[in-house]
Amino acid sequence: MNYQEILAQYADKPGGMIEAFHAIQEKLNYLPQEVIIEAARVFDKPVAQAFGVATFYSMFSTQPRGKYVIRICESAPCHVAGAAEVVAALEQELGISMGESTADGLFTLEFTECVGQCQATPVITINGAPYLDVTPARVAGIIMACK
Amino acid sequence: MAEEMRIVLRNYGKIDPLNIDEYIAAGGYGALNKARGMSPMDLIGEVKASNLRGRGGAGFNCGMKWNFACQAPADQKYVICNADEGEPGTYKDRLIMEGDPQSLLEGMAICAYAIGATQGYIYCRGEYPSVVKTLNAAIAQAKEKGVLGDFSIEVRMGAGAYVCGEETALIESIEGKRGEPRIKPPFPPVIGLWYKPTIVNNVETFANIPAIVEKGAAWYAGIGTPTYPGTKIVTLTGDVVNKTFFEVTTDTTIQEVIFGFGGGISGGKAFKAVQIGGTSGAFIPAAHLDTPIGFDAMSSIGASLGSGAVFVLDESRDIVDVTARIARFFAHESCGKCAPCREGTMRMHDLMDKINAGQGQTADIALLNKLGRVMSYSCLCGLGQAAPAPVLTAIEHFSADYDAKLA
Ligand SMILES: Cc1cc2nc3c(=O)[nH]c(=O)nc-3n(C[C@H](O)[C@H](O)[C@H](O)COP(=O)(O)O)c2cc1C
Ligand code: SF4
Ligand code: FES
Repeated sequence: MNYQEILAQYADKPGGMIEAFHAIQEKLNYLPQEVIIEAARVFDKPVAQAFGVATFYSMFSTQPRGKYVIRICESAPCHVAGAAEVVAALEQELGISMGESTADGLFTLEFTECVGQCQATPVITINGAPYLDVTPARVAGIIMACK
Repeated sequence: MAEEMRIVLRNYGKIDPLNIDEYIAAGGYGALNKARGMSPMDLIGEVKASNLRGRGGAGFNCGMKWNFACQAPADQKYVICNADEGEPGTYKDRLIMEGDPQSLLEGMAICAYAIGATQGYIYCRGEYPSVVKTLNAAIAQAKEKGVLGDFSIEVRMGAGAYVCGEETALIESIEGKRGEPRIKPPFPPVIGLWYKPTIVNNVETFANIPAIVEKGAAWYAGIGTPTYPGTKIVTLTGDVVNKTFFEVTTDTTIQEVIFGFGGGISGGKAFKAVQIGGTSGAFIPAAHLDTPIGFDAMSSIGASLGSGAVFVLDESRDIVDVTARIARFFAHESCGKCAPCREGTMRMHDLMDKINAGQGQTADIALLNKLGRVMSYSCLCGLGQAAPAPVLTAIEHFSADYDAKLA
């Protein structure tokens, strides 16, 4: 399905732009500029408003991202449980810094605030799926399992 | 030690959440039938008399809120469940939705009958994609069984903005816009979603409703502390032995939560501080541990119950470092609509980072205090108003930690 078809599915839903953006990201991992402009047309809103929505929410990205988006929770409970060490291990394993993507287009590293799995800190998510009680030692294995 | 009392988690772990028959066999949807046999005014009166107060943080009397929406004349009204649950350290609403989604739907349907609404929305945070699936499956089963009557419920997904937990920002987001809070009043029960009267209640609030309707207002009002009766789910994080959740009556003290249910401080260390209600909560020192977790008891010590998150720090923790992290959270999550919060959270973060890096002066602490006070009364919504609380209370109760880090 191309992005026009996806947007069309949500056209009749009142306030459906955010739902449509989720559906697009599910396929493309980010929101390309032409998608945002087309969304404005489909939902009959100014282009500025569509960009406003696309850039307001932290789960939406207007930049290309890797196939696996890894987000690390840095809220206080994960912070005191050692999130910084997990960040360091991920950066080292993938050879990129937070906010960057690997050259092969596979992985992107992002910070997130609490993802609501605080019974098992620190927490990371990969494409939305939570990984609990993550330690630096487990990082290589988790990355391996994605590939 | 006090025992857990499970009202909202009455079915948690006992029934298959994806099988509505098990919910019905456990007495589910009996309360909705009973409610439909009452007049909306009697039903609202019952909820009001139970003194159930909102579990999303603001603690407003639920029946009173419903009454406003019931009285407001309109051709369409809406019921919204706030399942945005963005407060760090909180996952109670997820437990309810994962373990017993039908109880939430039943609570919403009772509300819909009370105020005269036919359309409901559950605004679920985008970080819970599997919960969204569970909810959609539960709604499909309820529809197939016909238990909801003419009431429809649709799930909408957030996209990672803490401020969207604020009810008017949430409404803007359902309307497909940036989640920026509206100026209040008017409040949602009068002018809400698409400018129609709208009830926004928290997941835990709705999940209490079937039990209240079934067992009566007097039963509920007699549980826990009289001004904030019932139970509260608490989620324990940080340096505590049992990093888990409990549903306890609201007269349970912080001491009992941490040292009884929580099993005490992990690693054999001593207690230093606890932050209750999530990241926007106050830091509480040992002197206040005998305070009950009721709404007003918490307010009386300058703290707030908030979402019921309990974040414990042991003696070895650097409270300045933790507070600096929290200051960054607010700088990041400020929606930018009003200047005191947009600029204030950023300055507060700068000052906290400076102090945390060992470069702060005594004057910086005075500046933090002043900035915090100004923000608490000049910010447009609760995000900016509450953002200074952890910083100000950490300075108040743990000034030695700050002094030790000054240049
Ligand atoms: C910044 C901010 C975030 C909030 N986040 C939530 C939330 O995640 N869940 C929630 O139920 N209420 C949240 N609230 C409170 C809501 O605005 C509102 O009071 C609540 O949904 C009303 O439901 P209740 O009466 O059942 O508590 C938040 C408020 C503010 C100011
Ligand atoms: S207080 Fe902060 S979050 Fe609330 S409206 Fe103002 S800028 Fe936005
Ligand atoms: S604090 Fe990290 S998942 Fe909640």
